[in-house]
Amino acid sequence: MNNHKIRHLIEPEDFTLEELNEVVALGKKMYEAPAEYKRACEGKILATLFYEPSTRTRFSFETAMLRLGGSIIGFSDANTSSVSKGESIADTIRCMSAYADIAVMRHPKEGAPKLASHYASIPIINGGDGGHQHPTQTLTDLLTIKMYKETIEGHTVAFCGDLKFGRTVHSLIRTLARYNTKKFILISPEELTLPDTLKRSLKQDFDVELQEARYIEDVISEIDILYMTRIQKERFFNEADYARLKDSYLLNQSKLSHAKKDMIVMHPLPRVNEIAYDVDDDPRGVYFKQAELGVYARMALITKLLGVDVSC
Amino acid sequence: MLEVASIKRGIVLDHISSGNGLKIFNKLMLDQVDFPVVLLMNVSSKDMKRKDIIKIENSIDIDLDFLGLIDQNITVNVIENNKIISKKKVSLPKKIKGLFSCHNPRCITNSDDYVKPTFHLVSETSMEYKCSYCEEITKYKL
Repeated sequence: MNNHKIRHLIEPEDFTLEELNEVVALGKKMYEAPAEYKRACEGKILATLFYEPSTRTRFSFETAMLRLGGSIIGFSDANTSSVSKGESIADTIRCMSAYADIAVMRHPKEGAPKLASHYASIPIINGGDGGHQHPTQTLTDLLTIKMYKETIEGHTVAFCGDLKFGRTVHSLIRTLARYNTKKFILISPEELTLPDTLKRSLKQDFDVELQEARYIEDVISEIDILYMTRIQKERFFNEADYARLKDSYLLNQSKLSHAKKDMIVMHPLPRVNEIAYDVDDDPRGVYFKQAELGVYARMALITKLLGVDVSC
Repeated sequence: MLEVASIKRGIVLDHISSGNGLKIFNKLMLDQVDFPVVLLMNVSSKDMKRKDIIKIENSIDIDLDFLGLIDQNITVNVIENNKIISKKKVSLPKKIKGLFSCHNPRCITNSDDYVKPTFHLVSETSMEYKCSYCEEITKYKL
């Protein structure tokens, strides 16, 4: 046993800006020279507790641990574990604390990873909880911004799509406000605007300007970073509303032609139709690179939470 | 003027806003106890014009956070040997655990028996509490 104090990442505020910078810097080093870290977590086990489906988050966490020389256990469907028998989160996490050295949890209920952290004796990472938070996507996003824009501070950032339930948006906008971003453009249908409580805290705590827009083309020329999100069909009460709105938030080459030459287009993925395929070949579309960088952001996070010495 | 004998040992909840007395009486389940309790409604008051009072002839534990949540005017007087030995003014609690549920149906506190809903006060004027788990705002209403 070492004396490393247990830390969790449940929401981005669990890390100071210095710690976020440290993870981003380490993620960049890992991206540039991954082989140097291939034994950093040898003998360590990551538990992946996915109570709802995931592609990128789960696979990138598993890849991250494997590339660090560690091992993985876990489930990707709650129906294949004792959860289907009605086991509580507290009981599951107590046992997992004995089986693994660190755990990542995705759960449809908001606040579930926080509850798990109260009963865990190993670090818990929130891999997304309902429409609430997704802090490791934020680490991925920060690393992507750092790689493409050199600094995290000082950009006009626009969020487009489902801003109401988009947990990646909630985590990132709070964090960028801490990085002293002073203006955000929010592009969404009225039904899916950023929650009022979040808007209020952004204004009160960080004095940011929130400009709301209904269409991408109205504001695209002002944007440095355009963060697209998927409009989820299940959020609408009827098919007609969904059909009416989904194409309003579609980014294509025609709209992109009015954007700055150095603007970047990010997306947490999966996309459905909100980014046309003709954007994929545009150098401004960085979303697949963003998904790749997620592995390195998570490698850096795992080593930090495990207290592993990576000064190589 | 209606007169009610003073109590020798127990608790008097004074300065209850008129109309809240019966609600508090019911919330404290005082209709089910076997010691003397009195609910006075619409009593004349210098400061409040009208107020409600509850007298409880027994020492019982009362959650001051709970009372503060319902009515911030209340004074809790503890009586021993016919004398007031302590007087406490309740206030809106800054932190609350388990007294009401989170309004967010997606919050883990609404689906896991292991966890008690926990909140902290974000607005005294509108009685808004932020959930410690999902961060949604719940407005408390009696």
